[in-house]
Amino acid sequence: MIGPNGAGKSTLLSLVARLLPLQSGSVTVDGLKIGEVANDILAKNLAILSQSNVIAPRLTIEQLISFGRYPHSQGRLRDDCRAMIEQAIARFELGHLRHRMLDTLSGGQRQRALVAMTYAQDTDYLLLDEPLNNLDISASRSLMQLVRQMVDQNGKTAVVVLHDINYACAYADQIVVLTDGRLIAQGSPQTVITEALLAQAFDTDAQVGTHNGRPVVFA
Amino acid sequence: MSNRTIMIGLAFTALASAVAFMTLGVKAPWSFVLPFRGEKLAALMLVAVAVSTSTVLFQTITFNRILTPAIMGFDALYILLMTSAVFFFGGQGLLHFPPMAVFVITSIALSLAGLGLFGTLLRRSGVDLLRMVLTGIIFGVLFRSLTSFLQRMIDPNEFSVIQVVSYARFNSIDTEILWVALPVTLVALMAVWRLHRRLDVIALGDAMAANLGETSQRLQLQVLFLVGLLVSVSTAFVGPVVFLGLLIASLTHVLLRSPYHRVLLPAAGLVSITVLVGGQTILERVLSYGTPLAVVIDVIGGVVFLVLVIRGMSK
Repeated sequence: MIGPNGAGKSTLLSLVARLLPLQSGSVTVDGLKIGEVANDILAKNLAILSQSNVIAPRLTIEQLISFGRYPHSQGRLRDDCRAMIEQAIARFELGHLRHRMLDTLSGGQRQRALVAMTYAQDTDYLLLDEPLNNLDISASRSLMQLVRQMVDQNGKTAVVVLHDINYACAYADQIVVLTDGRLIAQGSPQTVITEALLAQAFDTDAQVGTHNGRPVVFA
Repeated sequence: MSNRTIMIGLAFTALASAVAFMTLGVKAPWSFVLPFRGEKLAALMLVAVAVSTSTVLFQTITFNRILTPAIMGFDALYILLMTSAVFFFGGQGLLHFPPMAVFVITSIALSLAGLGLFGTLLRRSGVDLLRMVLTGIIFGVLFRSLTSFLQRMIDPNEFSVIQVVSYARFNSIDTEILWVALPVTLVALMAVWRLHRRLDVIALGDAMAANLGETSQRLQLQVLFLVGLLVSVSTAFVGPVVFLGLLIASLTHVLLRSPYHRVLLPAAGLVSITVLVGGQTILERVLSYGTPLAVVIDVIGGVVFLVLVIRGMSK
């Protein structure tokens, strides 16, 4: 999901995940009516990482990932939970960091740990609000590759709010463009990302080329 | 050191404090000393656990390490409620009630008042730390000035009824209400224990808790009610000790790092017992009442508070 600042991307994600109450209308995810569904059912089906994660720093990575099982275990970890936690740690290559406290990690490592937590949460849907904020290119690429793997290998649906359109072009199947709270374009990167759209949505005359069959925006 | 080692160490220091409190400097026959000191020890331990638990809970639902129920004016509210009762019903009238009934009624009144005031505050202003500190100071001043206003108009004979609760005291603990404070504390602690896993999740912050299927609002209200009950217990026994909870919570966090309340709550309880029972033993038996414990605790706790606030501001 892309769009200029203030387009309503974060608000939309928050509404879908019920972090904000609906004032009118309704949200349905895969048949689940978000306005009515019970908390634990929602948490088993849909995970969200919002931008404002004020995480208590007194957590180790392993403890953080364990919290991902909370919707399934209510805090009493069973064997299948432990297996899932181990799988998340291995998958996100956090084994050597598992006993480190979150506040001693780099931004990239912390973000990876948070996504690993949602992996352990084992939901079909994953909403990520600007996960690449403050990450360098190597951390950004590795995070997007991990998200892509969760989609390809585990059949999850990931909705990711991104500011850098090139990451969206490189990793997304579908791009959704919002401006002023309205959806103005939706489709594959090739059909959506055009110079005309950039002019319309972002009011900029940036040029668009292609690389490996996907569009690339030149800043 | 692992958390397990630290817990065992804390259990040992708490036990040692209790044994020292019971056995040091005995000059009268044991048959008199043991029940006499036993009651005081039980009361001190109840206070210790009530203060540590209410502080840890309050800090969890407000997402901070600086504010405590006492700093936010809970104790002052308790004394205001007692004073109002004396003012409106008369000290003599209150004396006709059994002290236990007075305690139960005041506890419940405090829980409800705390729920109303602080519940509204939390919902309105969220958890903005600076605003909470300011509100706490204003509440404290307001409750205390209302209290002294009422106290000035009370018959001097009746004033003695509330004078007892208005000042912090560890030497003359009123054990009369022990048998009702004990079950109240136990019930509150059991209720807290049932919530401990949910508290762990709430402590992760609103957005993360919501993602994991926990909403903080109802839990915050439940916790505020329990905090009210526990503050009543501690204030009824020893009066207001503003910085005790902060001192204990900070010590606990220095000693061990854990996101789990099943570790934090017992650890804080043991730290609290060590500080209160151990401190009282040292002052009462070793230094023979040189300085009241409440003063010592408030001085050290006050310094900790200043350090935390200054560190928090510079962040």
